[in-house]
Amino acid sequence: MGAKQFGARVARMEDPALLSGRGRFVDDIKFPGMLHACFVRSPHAHARIGGIDASAARALPGVHAVLTADDLPAPMDLNRMPMLVPNPAIAASLTQHCLARDEVCYVGQAVAVVLADSRYIAEDAIALVEVEYDVLPAVSDYRSADKPDAPRAHLTLDDNVASKFRMAYGDADAAFASAPHVFTEHIWQHRGGGMALEARAVVANPDATGGLLTVWSATQTPHICRRMLADLLDRDLESIRVIAPDVGGGFGPKAIFYAEEAVIPATALKLRRPVKWTEDRREHFMCATQERDQLWTVSIAVDDGGKILGVRGTLLHDTGAFVPWGIIMPYIAAATMPGPYVIPNYALDIKVVLTNKVATTPVRGAGRPQAVFAMERLMDRVARELKLDAAEVRFRNFIQPQQMPYAVGLTFRDGKPLVYDSGDYPKAQNEALRMIDYAAFKQRKAVAREQGRFIGIGIGNYVEGTGLGPYEGVTVRVLPNGKVAVATGATNQGQGTRTTLGQIVADRVGCRFEEIVMTVGDTAAIPQGVGAFASRQAVNAGSSAMIASEVVRTQVIKLAAQTLGVPESDIDVEDGIAVARSGNRPSLTFRELARLAQGMPGFSLPPGQTPGLEHTAYFTPPQASYCSGTHLVEVEVDPMTGAVKILNYAVAHDSGTIINPMIVDGQIQGGVAHGIGNALLEWMRYDENAQPLTTTFADYLIPMATDVPTCKIVHVESPSPLNPLGVKGAGEGGTIPAAAAIVAAAEDALSEFGVHFAETPLVPERIIDALRAVDAYARLSEIA
Amino acid sequence: MATRSISLLVNGRRYEREVEARLTLADLLRHELALTGTHVGCEHGVCGACTVLIDGRTARSCLTFAVQVDGCEVTTVEGLAPAEGELNVLQQAFQDHHGLQCGFCTPGMLMTLTELLRDNPDPTESEVRDVLTGNLCRCTGYAGIVAAALEAARRLRVQQGS
Ligand code: FES
Ligand code: FES
Repeated sequence: MGAKQFGARVARMEDPALLSGRGRFVDDIKFPGMLHACFVRSPHAHARIGGIDASAARALPGVHAVLTADDLPAPMDLNRMPMLVPNPAIAASLTQHCLARDEVCYVGQAVAVVLADSRYIAEDAIALVEVEYDVLPAVSDYRSADKPDAPRAHLTLDDNVASKFRMAYGDADAAFASAPHVFTEHIWQHRGGGMALEARAVVANPDATGGLLTVWSATQTPHICRRMLADLLDRDLESIRVIAPDVGGGFGPKAIFYAEEAVIPATALKLRRPVKWTEDRREHFMCATQERDQLWTVSIAVDDGGKILGVRGTLLHDTGAFVPWGIIMPYIAAATMPGPYVIPNYALDIKVVLTNKVATTPVRGAGRPQAVFAMERLMDRVARELKLDAAEVRFRNFIQPQQMPYAVGLTFRDGKPLVYDSGDYPKAQNEALRMIDYAAFKQRKAVAREQGRFIGIGIGNYVEGTGLGPYEGVTVRVLPNGKVAVATGATNQGQGTRTTLGQIVADRVGCRFEEIVMTVGDTAAIPQGVGAFASRQAVNAGSSAMIASEVVRTQVIKLAAQTLGVPESDIDVEDGIAVARSGNRPSLTFRELARLAQGMPGFSLPPGQTPGLEHTAYFTPPQASYCSGTHLVEVEVDPMTGAVKILNYAVAHDSGTIINPMIVDGQIQGGVAHGIGNALLEWMRYDENAQPLTTTFADYLIPMATDVPTCKIVHVESPSPLNPLGVKGAGEGGTIPAAAAIVAAAEDALSEFGVHFAETPLVPERIIDALRAVDAYARLSEIA
Repeated sequence: MATRSISLLVNGRRYEREVEARLTLADLLRHELALTGTHVGCEHGVCGACTVLIDGRTARSCLTFAVQVDGCEVTTVEGLAPAEGELNVLQQAFQDHHGLQCGFCTPGMLMTLTELLRDNPDPTESEVRDVLTGNLCRCTGYAGIVAAALEAARRLRVQQGS
């Protein structure tokens, strides 16, 4: 049997329900007697909490309770929330309380929760809760947060430095000392939030008789959510079930465990009623984690031919008020910077500072877009200074395919040496250049200029560690009705997890894709699970699906051969039927086999037979697999308005073997859209008191249909040797190099004015400012 | 809280309800009528996820009060398919062209495009993109949605022609 589903553009099994309004998102869930929660949130970035008077709120008809930290069950009343990824380099290991106790450290931090008959009443009631705040000075500007006279982000801190560490190999200082050319860039980079279209939501339903607490959460990581809840509520893991039903986008911020995910179940237990909380968009802007600001000062040392001798610099990261996911974003950024280039000497000094803003955790790309932006800005600088073509400088520095596996010299975030497993970087760049005819661009630019138009081109190359462990399990089971049940700890926020896993199982077990019954995102379906982040599910869950399916297929063959009295080598399995190749081709359906495999009450199983046709596999990757690619972008800049229009966008993408090209293309296209937002639009602004200023989609702009062209995409498939499918992750590669390529293209479009951009987002007013600074408008009016 | 009685037709079915004046149409549909296909992504009129048709014209159900649709005819995503378990031409084109990922924006997209294709059976790509500026999608980067809209228009024209 050949692979039929794997590698094909299989239509998604998720779609029919979602297209007909039959999806089931957390806010769609309703129980009789359900209460609605609303949080009282701090209006100040930093304050001491005096008293809380909830009497007026409690007196409002329809209000059932107003709870503060002391009303929460032990140990979550006193304990801070657990840190998800601890690291010895973290000095101030700060996570927040589920409800603030005596200090609030960002606008929006939850102080109390109201439970009422309807959300309308709950919202009325929060306005009646009187909280006495003693306002403290807030740290807003991360650039001065480490100064001795800066206010402290927390009362307990001696300074605001959460972490300081160095990532390095070789001897960068020596390389710089003897280098013929050294260029330095000062780069400000801002990334906003994930901004999934569905905000967060939690429903908790305690079962009075069975002692089971069921929690539905719009999360990427239900198994992690369950573990955290068990700790914070001091309950047995087995007494908690967490379900991530349909989830309306994730992009990172839904991978972490939030205070609200603990508080809502706690209130449900306390009031013995189902409770729902649905975040509104304003809360999401204030309280869901984001990425925000990084400041890079980086230098590159090159020889006369533009070959890299070393890279060194500093990175300052605004982590916000807490470090719930540790310091992995700046860590990943530092590990990503070398990218596809041979860099003999490298040193980056990282400082992470606390401010009075919501915590930062990974958003699609997780620090990689910033690293790629910094590196690619340096490459463009080298090209400009040495009067070399931008693509040519990159070709001269690429790691060559025959150098694979390539050890960069650093340790990646999985604790393993950073070793690229496979990839062909020159080929990817060549493909991208071909797709939008790079060779002819100069001519296109000249023609456009004749017409008074300013067009430019930009390149972004990247290498991305994907498919991180520890594992993701998959159970495959033939059901008594002949269907094949698949259960996994992997989750789905739109990636088509069900479909891709279904493709693997259908081929490997030998059943019809339509006969697969898939359970994802439910802790009751499989005991261990991790969830969606770091583009890890195709590698981890995909490999487990393959391994489990092959075991089940072997079980099917064995049982069929035994029952039919033919050798195992004689059995074919296809479309849910085991057929003997010989004689009059006797066969057994999965339905028949599943019943046989159950055994008969009171009888022993034949020797060698295990109960049922079922297997669970937990694939654990030895290390990250490295996806890579090139983005090439052509833009037009209107110098009068500062608007950047994307004319052409090409992506050469290497995520190893591809399970479903339609889904991978969709991931890339969607990722590019996010990257366009980061490059040109998305800016979560705060004022000098750390008050958030952009809390609607009218103030914080995400790309619209007119901002995002349809990308040209080619796949360069370098299979990963690290997993049986040869796959690598594909969820973030679309975003990672986008801003680098787009900003380079905008700069190129205005090259005749000599303006230089080293920031994201590159908003229109910044372009106008830059043009003004070089007196471009005088020259433009002369031309006109 | 003062209430008013309203009567409206949703997807061809008559509903009579006693509602608070401040209840939004989105909440009426989702939480009182159990039509949870209409989604709420921002509650401030920008994202378009909550788009429904009121007397045939698109409207933001998060910015419309239930009392405003007294006597009106409302169509939601649940009213699009010709029969249970089937997809209409536009919905099918969405599946064929990967016009959805998480599916959260999808109901609003479908309603906006239903109006467009009714009023303009042969739209250009830029007309499709223009009308979609009222609907945000964070997942797809719009390529599949635009392709689906153009393909649905083609299929509908063929159907109409035959
Ligand atoms: S929810 Fe109505 S426009 Fe966003
Ligand atoms: S498909 Fe997720 S927002 Fe559009």
